[in-house]
Amino acid sequence: MVDRFTPRDQKDVAAAVEWALAGGKTLEIVGGGSKREIGRAAQWDLTLDLSGLSGVTLYEPEELVLSAKAGTPLAEIEELVASRDQELAFEPMDYGPVLGRSMGRGTLGGALATNLSGPRRIKAGAARDHFLGVSAVSGRAEVFKSGGRVVKNVTGYDLCKLLAGSWGTLAAMTEVTIKVLPRAPAEESLLVLGLDDRNAVAAMAAAVGSSSDVSGAAHLPANIAARMLGAAAAGSAITAFRLEGVPPSIAQRKAMLERLLEPDGVMLTIGEAGSRALWQAVRDATAFAATDGAGRPLWRVSTAPTLGPQVAAEIAAEVEADLFYDWAGGLIWIALPPLEDAGAALVRGAVRSAGGHATLVRAPASVRAAIDVFEPQPEALAALTRRVKESFDPKRILGPGRMYAGV
Amino acid sequence: MPVTMPAPDAGLVSRRDEIVAGLRAIVPGEGVIASEPEMRPYESDGLTAYRQLPMVVVLPSTTDQAAQVLRYCHERGIKVVPRGAGTSLSGGALPLADGVLLGMAKFNRILDIDFDNRAVVAQPGVTNLGITEAVEHAGFYYAPDPSSQIACTIGGNVAENSGGVHCLKYGMTANNLLGLEMVLISGDIIRLGGKHLDSDGYDLLGLMTGSEGLLGVITEITVRILKRPQTARAVLIGFASSEAAGDCVAKIIGAGIIPGGMEMMDGPAIRATEEFVHAGYPLDVEALLIVELDGPQAEVDHLLERVSAIAQGCGAANLRVSNSEQERLTFWAGRKAAFPAVGRISPDYYCMDGTIPRGKLPLVLARMREMSASYGLRVANVFHAGDGNLHPLILYDANTPGELERAEAFGADILKLCVEVGGVLTGEHGVGVEKRDLMPEMFNEIDLAQQQRVKCAFDDQGLLNPGKVFPTLHRCAELGRMHVRGGRLPFPDIPRF
Repeated sequence: MVDRFTPRDQKDVAAAVEWALAGGKTLEIVGGGSKREIGRAAQWDLTLDLSGLSGVTLYEPEELVLSAKAGTPLAEIEELVASRDQELAFEPMDYGPVLGRSMGRGTLGGALATNLSGPRRIKAGAARDHFLGVSAVSGRAEVFKSGGRVVKNVTGYDLCKLLAGSWGTLAAMTEVTIKVLPRAPAEESLLVLGLDDRNAVAAMAAAVGSSSDVSGAAHLPANIAARMLGAAAAGSAITAFRLEGVPPSIAQRKAMLERLLEPDGVMLTIGEAGSRALWQAVRDATAFAATDGAGRPLWRVSTAPTLGPQVAAEIAAEVEADLFYDWAGGLIWIALPPLEDAGAALVRGAVRSAGGHATLVRAPASVRAAIDVFEPQPEALAALTRRVKESFDPKRILGPGRMYAGV
Repeated sequence: MPVTMPAPDAGLVSRRDEIVAGLRAIVPGEGVIASEPEMRPYESDGLTAYRQLPMVVVLPSTTDQAAQVLRYCHERGIKVVPRGAGTSLSGGALPLADGVLLGMAKFNRILDIDFDNRAVVAQPGVTNLGITEAVEHAGFYYAPDPSSQIACTIGGNVAENSGGVHCLKYGMTANNLLGLEMVLISGDIIRLGGKHLDSDGYDLLGLMTGSEGLLGVITEITVRILKRPQTARAVLIGFASSEAAGDCVAKIIGAGIIPGGMEMMDGPAIRATEEFVHAGYPLDVEALLIVELDGPQAEVDHLLERVSAIAQGCGAANLRVSNSEQERLTFWAGRKAAFPAVGRISPDYYCMDGTIPRGKLPLVLARMREMSASYGLRVANVFHAGDGNLHPLILYDANTPGELERAEAFGADILKLCVEVGGVLTGEHGVGVEKRDLMPEMFNEIDLAQQQRVKCAFDDQGLLNPGKVFPTLHRCAELGRMHVRGGRLPFPDIPRF
């Protein structure tokens, strides 16, 4: 039986870590538990459940700043900022669909700890780019803070960046401060039909390299487009571009984009509701939603956008791969057949030759226990990673082994 | 409050000849500078109140040489101070008498321009403006634009996480950095990120940005470039009080508008710059805003109308919209010349760099006026109003005994005030030597110890740029010690199930 701590405040968290430290116990840090199956399948003695640390502690829309306890549901925060026409510009994805869980379970702390982002990553950055300040408990059971509540701050090391994407292996965040931004009053998407992967990536490079200021550029091959858009895709591959802003700006940029993409073929526009639905589906990779709690191995690859098709082709030449591209080609979601290593050798080989990194987002626990889930690091970097881990958590009690063995 | 640097190690200084010879074996010819007159240009950076000749200057020209120099120093316990163009305003590149000054000036090439992936790979000694100049023929630019951009290097920008006047919309260096190659003090070469987004593993790329040369020496940088917005127009708005101007800033942002740039100047700064550059600034106002909107023409025109209406609603005393590129540049000419303009009305000035929550501006300006009176020193303010970054310029005369010390004390009081109202000590200039001893205003001992433990993960002997950022130097072994208390469960009342 796994024991679970549900602290009510930062003092409780520090006490729990201190207790674990003294007893040599390891702790798995969770918020809403929405991403628990991501990472190496290690065993931990206890669960430190931060969902009891909940509530927005400061929200000043004119200052573009919000502070909340780490376990505050993301849905609650998104609703609050939407009431003031603002948003989390990094567009955090919801792993619910691909992990076979209900949606809306994520917490703000979890979004930051896993450095979430979405299609708007290409324009607005990831969670780490909006993470201004933190109060946390280290693996030494010490309460420390970093950053502040202002956007522009270079006072001391930016430990927020380190905690973003550390998957609960460095410290238990208790309260965080983020930047919020105005939400665009309108959006539309322009779709180009029937492009192959290479032409699609070239079109996306042209679009994001123009002053049309697109806030999303994705390519859905025909089978994926059919799954995401149904009959509306008309059996074609779809390359989608999102335009957000004030209506006169959208109109002008759409005209600009249409001129730019005209040689590429048939285009159509979808309005606000359709556009929102499409980008949410892209964000959450719903084309690869798990069915019955299981699903094919799912990889998330980040590479240089123009090399996306090369990576995809290298993999698809060997096995039957379903995939689509976000981030103008730089993010590839790839579902593979249930191979013994979940296709790791193949995927890692392709990514190594292009540059970038691959994460095995979904696979049975037995596979995640046997192979690297995150991109393996060269020795000098791996050694530095271990030393950084030890600088926060010398006894390796916080989620050891979730990212890398021994870390 | 003069900041003291770590006492030089006499043993190392006495071995200077041997060390110079050792470095010459790694970097041949003019790459090692050991004569006093030739080292003189390196004795200080942009914070000229502090000067110190280094033991020796080394200018490697390859990553391999830099790695060998660092390994050589690491093996012998020799301190190393990295330096880009030396434009730091916080003394980040101040040399040490017993340290090697590692200049990166020879790393001055752009290695790759990749428009399709919107990325430029450059060596760290390339200037900030040099990156934009290399890509502007195709309509691209590099967004962060610190005022020193013609001189400061991209390596220095990464080390300091430099900003500029367009941060609110386009981010600081950290938000525009894709990858880097760096050498640790051990000589190990590490590559982070690349042309893809998000580096894997811990975000060491983010950590390195703004680490002020204390963690590693950067030898290659990949940054993101952007297409120039189609149009940019600015509006110049005068107000009778800084309260009204601050209110206008809050209402613009509250209306969901994120301008490309939003700058404020106070009365003294307005008058000094107008006398200097004749930008056409109104002299009968106490606060002046420059709000720049960029993007497609239709968007810029639409938002300019809304900004103008908001400004009128806030009681703007006067308002001018730029109607040509020439006029827009004239609006900016005054702001960009604010520092030298203040330099004309005072023998010396001391530039501060706190950040505050924007809404606290009227309070902070009022308190600053009181301090100005009590210290007997004038102050002029320029303010990155969009992101809350304040640059008070304290006017003083270094030739008047005691004035420098008074100016420094005044500056420290301003920064303490910034922290008191919820802000921070430095928005973009860095802690360096200058604000090192103020760090406890913002951080307690545990916060600082955690930062220093991270430093230890990179530099176990504390050889890289010691004496900067942290007020007290601790040995890594001391920082690593743990006192684990008894094994009892200290909170039996916590729900467990």
